[in-house]
Amino acid sequence: MNQRSTRVLIAKPGLDGHDRGAKIVAHALIDAGFDVIYTGLRQAPEAVVQAALDGQVDVIGLSSMAGSHVPYCQQLKPLLEEKGLGDKLWIIGGSIPAGDQQALLDIGLDGVFPAGSKLESIVDFINERCQ
Amino acid sequence: MTTPVNKAPEMVTGASRKRMDTAQPVFNESGIEIRKTYTAEDLESSGGVDMVGLPGEYPFTRGIHREMYRKRPWTMRQYTGFGNPSETNKRFKFLIENGQTGLNVAFDLPSQIGIDSDDDMATGEIGRVGMAVDSLRDFEVAFDGIDLDKITVSLTVNGSAAIMIAMYLAMAEKRGYDITKLRGTAQNDILKEFIGRGTWIFPVEPSIKLVADTIEYCAHNAPKYSPVSVCGYHIRESGADPAQEMAYGFCIAKAYTDLVLARGLDVDEFASRLSFNFNIYGNIFEQVAKFRAGRGLWAKIISEGYGATNPRSMVLRMIAGGGGSGLTKEQPEVNIVRGAYYALISALSGAQTMALCCFDEAYTIPSVDAQRLSLRTMQVLIEEMGLCDTVDPLAGSYYVETLTNQMRERMEEVMAEVEEQGGIVAMVADGSIQAKVSEQAYQMLQDIESGEFPKVGINCYQMDEKEPEVELHPYAEDDARRQVERIVQLREERDGAAVEATLAKLVTDAQAGVNVMPAIMAAVKAYATVGEMTDALVSVYGRYQEPVRF
Repeated sequence: MNQRSTRVLIAKPGLDGHDRGAKIVAHALIDAGFDVIYTGLRQAPEAVVQAALDGQVDVIGLSSMAGSHVPYCQQLKPLLEEKGLGDKLWIIGGSIPAGDQQALLDIGLDGVFPAGSKLESIVDFINERCQ
Repeated sequence: MTTPVNKAPEMVTGASRKRMDTAQPVFNESGIEIRKTYTAEDLESSGGVDMVGLPGEYPFTRGIHREMYRKRPWTMRQYTGFGNPSETNKRFKFLIENGQTGLNVAFDLPSQIGIDSDDDMATGEIGRVGMAVDSLRDFEVAFDGIDLDKITVSLTVNGSAAIMIAMYLAMAEKRGYDITKLRGTAQNDILKEFIGRGTWIFPVEPSIKLVADTIEYCAHNAPKYSPVSVCGYHIRESGADPAQEMAYGFCIAKAYTDLVLARGLDVDEFASRLSFNFNIYGNIFEQVAKFRAGRGLWAKIISEGYGATNPRSMVLRMIAGGGGSGLTKEQPEVNIVRGAYYALISALSGAQTMALCCFDEAYTIPSVDAQRLSLRTMQVLIEEMGLCDTVDPLAGSYYVETLTNQMRERMEEVMAEVEEQGGIVAMVADGSIQAKVSEQAYQMLQDIESGEFPKVGINCYQMDEKEPEVELHPYAEDDARRQVERIVQLREERDGAAVEATLAKLVTDAQAGVNVMPAIMAAVKAYATVGEMTDALVSVYGRYQEPVRF
């Protein structure tokens, strides 16, 4: 198989519709040479899993702006495991209070990029982990 | 090895914008070149003073009222709502006690997109970003003890707006208010939800049909009520520049106007009840010119374009407050200063209503202290700064008048571009507007990251700061549980047959393509829930499939 670009899923979990950040990150990852699949809004955990499987992605990225990320990721985690996606790089960005960052890492996320993170830091993180 | 938690930038620099090279051209965000000095000649060549006029007179560039704040200062209307309706009612009363003169209701996401609190999809979202509303009962609780004649209420809701407007009117009627005299506003601008904010439910066509239903219904039944507040605000938040913000807003307002006219209403029957919601951050003069230009352009569109004859139809009534995008997570206390400048800009621009984002809003639902501080910010302007003494104080400045002409011209260009590309409805439906503003947002962030576009605390004057200790608004599991209990109880107590009958009527009216507002009113009064009414409409209209473009 030819070496393919790293494939990243950017998903908007839950009901929130603020997608400026998700789309900006998607743009930046494309410019950095990744293949990007953006789900659009209101993705249930099952839908994220399905999109990750369909897209055969290497990275699962969530964008959360409205505070429901911890319970959402708790729901998503067993579904990812069940479908054999537990080894994929799993990251989240958005409006993530400092107090939630460790909780997300404890759930099993690999990286947390709160608002204010440089785009480059996200690109570098994926590059480093997906070689 | 990268640390797993990536903190915001920590480098400490004193870098700031260098303004040594005076030969470099300077542009504002709307792409207009700013001269070093403005003279009468610049003003003349930009189009002169034909569009300036007087406050309260066509073309209303200088303001929509002759006396403006001398008669009555702007309405202070902070965005508020969380948890269940009784918690929100307490916060409303707190704000009113602190001098707030209007209410601006935040709804939780399930309520905004037509999901009941006892639906699985609502789990974890009940009351999180606003007040949970399932039925008329919740409106009765939320506004209990608040005089709806004294305090005007703005409902920040779009996808489910037709239902929420009906609930508000039904609640007021039940409390004995004459709804033909009732004032208030609903945001109800669904086209912008497809561009930014994202609380759509139905496909584009039935969504805008519902907006037209509310305008038509209110024109006949609640003629003082403003059923729509067209929002450039969120389009700007999504990446539009200030001229585009106004131009896209006007394109959207025209789209709704066209639909209502097609039903046989006269433009003067409803245009005076259209209102607007705009954003403020960035260059002071660009913002002031934007609003002055916008007023003139809207008056021209409604009078020349639509043949309105009543001057009240031609006025651009607006809420203009601080934009969240202008605020920073870094050094959040600096947001207090930014908020004060945004309020100043809004006052200099002749806004009817103001809402300021609170300084802690990048982190959380604002605390009581932060909300009071936003109110005090506006009160200082009103009481101490002389902003209410005279109307449109920046009029006659060569710079401001020239820029006003140029901004108006730029807005007209943007509107013409939209027309050329098939109109705003088509561009929203195929996602091309979304793609355009998202591309611009990306460009802007790159400019901020590179330092090209200065932002204090982000790319200049950074501090080595730990994440500040901001009091986070907790997610109230208890309030959420109580809300679920309330809806379960409601389903037991109400007249189930009446609910069934009114919902069936809603379906047949939607199928028949007639105005569904009377059927929604009847269902609301029978205590049908937001989710039930939404599902009834979805059974006819279907659900929106997002064109994923960025």
